[in-house]
Amino acid sequence: MSLTVPEKGWYKAPEGAEKLWIGLALVWCMVMSVMMPYWHFRGKQNSRGEAYSVEPAAFMERTTTFVESGTVGDWNGIPIVEPPPGGEAYLAARMWSWYPALKLRKGETYRLHLSALDLNHGFSLQPLNMNFQVLPGYDHVLTITPTSTGEFTIVCNEFCGIGHDKMIGKIFVE
Amino acid sequence: MATNSTSETRTCDTTGLPVCLTAQLFIKLSAVCAVVFLLLGGVAAILLALTRWQTIHLLPVDWFYRILTFHGLNMLIFWILFFEVAVLYFACTVPLKAKLFSRKVAWVGFIMMLVGAVMVDYIILKGKADVLMTSYLPLLAHPAFYLGIILVAVGTLIGVFNFFATLYVAKRDRTYEGSVPLVTFGATAAAIIAVVTLLHGAIVMIPTFTFAMGWTPEPDPMWYRTIWWGLGHQSQQVNVCAMVAIWYLVGYLATGAKPINETVCRGAFVLYILFINLASAHHLLVDPAVGATWKIWNTSYAMYLAVLASMIHGFTVPASVEMAMRYKGYTKGLFGWVTKLPWRNPAFSAAVLSVVIFGFIGGITGVTLGTQQINIIAHNTLRITGHFHATVVGGTSLAFMGLTYYVIPLIFQRDFIGKGWARIQPWLFGGGILMVSLGMSFAGSLGVPRRDYDIEPAGVYGASSHLFLGIMGVGAIIAVLALLIFVLLCVGTLLFGKKNAGRPIYDWGTAVALPGADESKVDAHWGMKGTIALTAVFLMCFAVYYFANWKALADVWPVQ
Ligand SMILES: [Cu+2]
Repeated sequence: MSLTVPEKGWYKAPEGAEKLWIGLALVWCMVMSVMMPYWHFRGKQNSRGEAYSVEPAAFMERTTTFVESGTVGDWNGIPIVEPPPGGEAYLAARMWSWYPALKLRKGETYRLHLSALDLNHGFSLQPLNMNFQVLPGYDHVLTITPTSTGEFTIVCNEFCGIGHDKMIGKIFVE
Repeated sequence: MATNSTSETRTCDTTGLPVCLTAQLFIKLSAVCAVVFLLLGGVAAILLALTRWQTIHLLPVDWFYRILTFHGLNMLIFWILFFEVAVLYFACTVPLKAKLFSRKVAWVGFIMMLVGAVMVDYIILKGKADVLMTSYLPLLAHPAFYLGIILVAVGTLIGVFNFFATLYVAKRDRTYEGSVPLVTFGATAAAIIAVVTLLHGAIVMIPTFTFAMGWTPEPDPMWYRTIWWGLGHQSQQVNVCAMVAIWYLVGYLATGAKPINETVCRGAFVLYILFINLASAHHLLVDPAVGATWKIWNTSYAMYLAVLASMIHGFTVPASVEMAMRYKGYTKGLFGWVTKLPWRNPAFSAAVLSVVIFGFIGGITGVTLGTQQINIIAHNTLRITGHFHATVVGGTSLAFMGLTYYVIPLIFQRDFIGKGWARIQPWLFGGGILMVSLGMSFAGSLGVPRRDYDIEPAGVYGASSHLFLGIMGVGAIIAVLALLIFVLLCVGTLLFGKKNAGRPIYDWGTAVALPGADESKVDAHWGMKGTIALTAVFLMCFAVYYFANWKALADVWPVQ
């Protein structure tokens, strides 16, 4: 009885269906435990959390250099920048915009540097629905390979003030 | 420490157990405050749901984030912490026939919690803390906001100290023989986790407060996130422990269920204590500067041993109820006992709904979202919110509501008014929350972000996203209506309910034994056939959902 002191000698090993269920549950938990290391070595989507410490001003400087070196167009007044295949791309988040817009090529791999200039922001790539956290002071590096073409929208999904819902960016993939 | 000498006891007319009057006073005070904060959080909930339901889009943008901050703190922190203090004070006195350690300590803790909570709510409504519940640095609120949270945390810690001191005194004075009852054991597990959790709260909130005052430099934003989640996620594990203890308690009160194997039930609580505190990696899975090894280690080894504990309770709770029913003579087929359960008892139906919603929706989604890689397609979307509305609202809050249907007659000694309303209340609330949770989860699968005022500017969310947000909105209306019924019933009973002193409480309904019932005809080890079938279905749902998510993940761009 859960409200009264248990009878003497309550300590006993599980038996019958209870034992079977504990066994099944344990096996299932082990299956789930193994899935993560398995995907780490065999899967293609892993968030390694690669990051370097960076001052917001320094990150903005690198972003400006990146924009100056590879602007290929304009989207709503924001430069569209194309990094070389295999190269580095910079994306700065701040209230309430993503700077710059990116142009990538399908099947090529890029090192995408994400950082925030003010608060926490959320990088949410739609309609793919891939989500990463962006922090001030951290250069968060994602090694990505676009495998589909089209126009992708970056939505901010970490609260960053009144204009948070209007913080929209773009990645074009050809 | 002769503070006990002032305490007196009364004898409960229903259970015959001695009730410490000091403990009773603080159970009453805490429960009343809890319900008030629940009501405040509920009003906020309906405003938020009607804003995110795009066709209505009720609030202006600044008030949306303000009310969202308000909702999170009142529901997740104040309602639950106050109720848990009531549960702790109950669990260390009544089942142990003990007196509460100290009235003074209880006052200090209670007043600190109340002052802190009122301070936080006031600052939020003044518009000085539009920072949401997580208040991620460098987003900054008024210092009084952090001070209020510190007061609530320290006040709760003082209450937990009172709990442990009572356990110690009860053991020393031999108010009971042998091991503590299961309910007390579960509450102790909750209390231990609470201490670790609240210490994390102090570690993260104190430097943030001193920074907000301009006394110290800004804490690192990543450091803040890591420690904050040591508070944020674990605090919900305290709820899980308290909720499971309530499942056992209500199962016993309504059907006479007793654990088939005490060792197994207690062992599962020990797993919570040992492992759940390490599983806070959950929220940092796509953060920078947190390595893959750390993420995999924490989420695999630690989390799954805690998941194992929940899965064990998910079997032992229904199994004990089924066995109690079979012993009473309801032995027909796999599910013959189910129809004869005391469904007219709101505490019981609330507990059943809590088990089902927590297990099938909350548990399965939680484990899946907490998988290192799968988190990529879920982080900060409404899927997360869909998950925790199933665990914390459909699970914990519903279990707490159910227990209240016993707390008021037993502790406040009044008969419920509006018993018919009480009987449908858990179903309305559970049904509404189910819609909220599913609406959020499906919208989140389509990429709809959490904590977002308006999805239109993004221009990527189509008709189905709007449909799911609408389902969430309708569900929220139903759930908040049920919440209002609950609050009205509680307050109405306290004001107008008949005193039930001197006679047994009004019987909500318990399962009665059939004539000629014979316990010995039921096989104690394989008798819970219905539960075996149900848990098999559960495991299948779990596996299907889990692997479907790996499939969905494999469909997005490769990313390292
Ligand atoms: Cu933002």
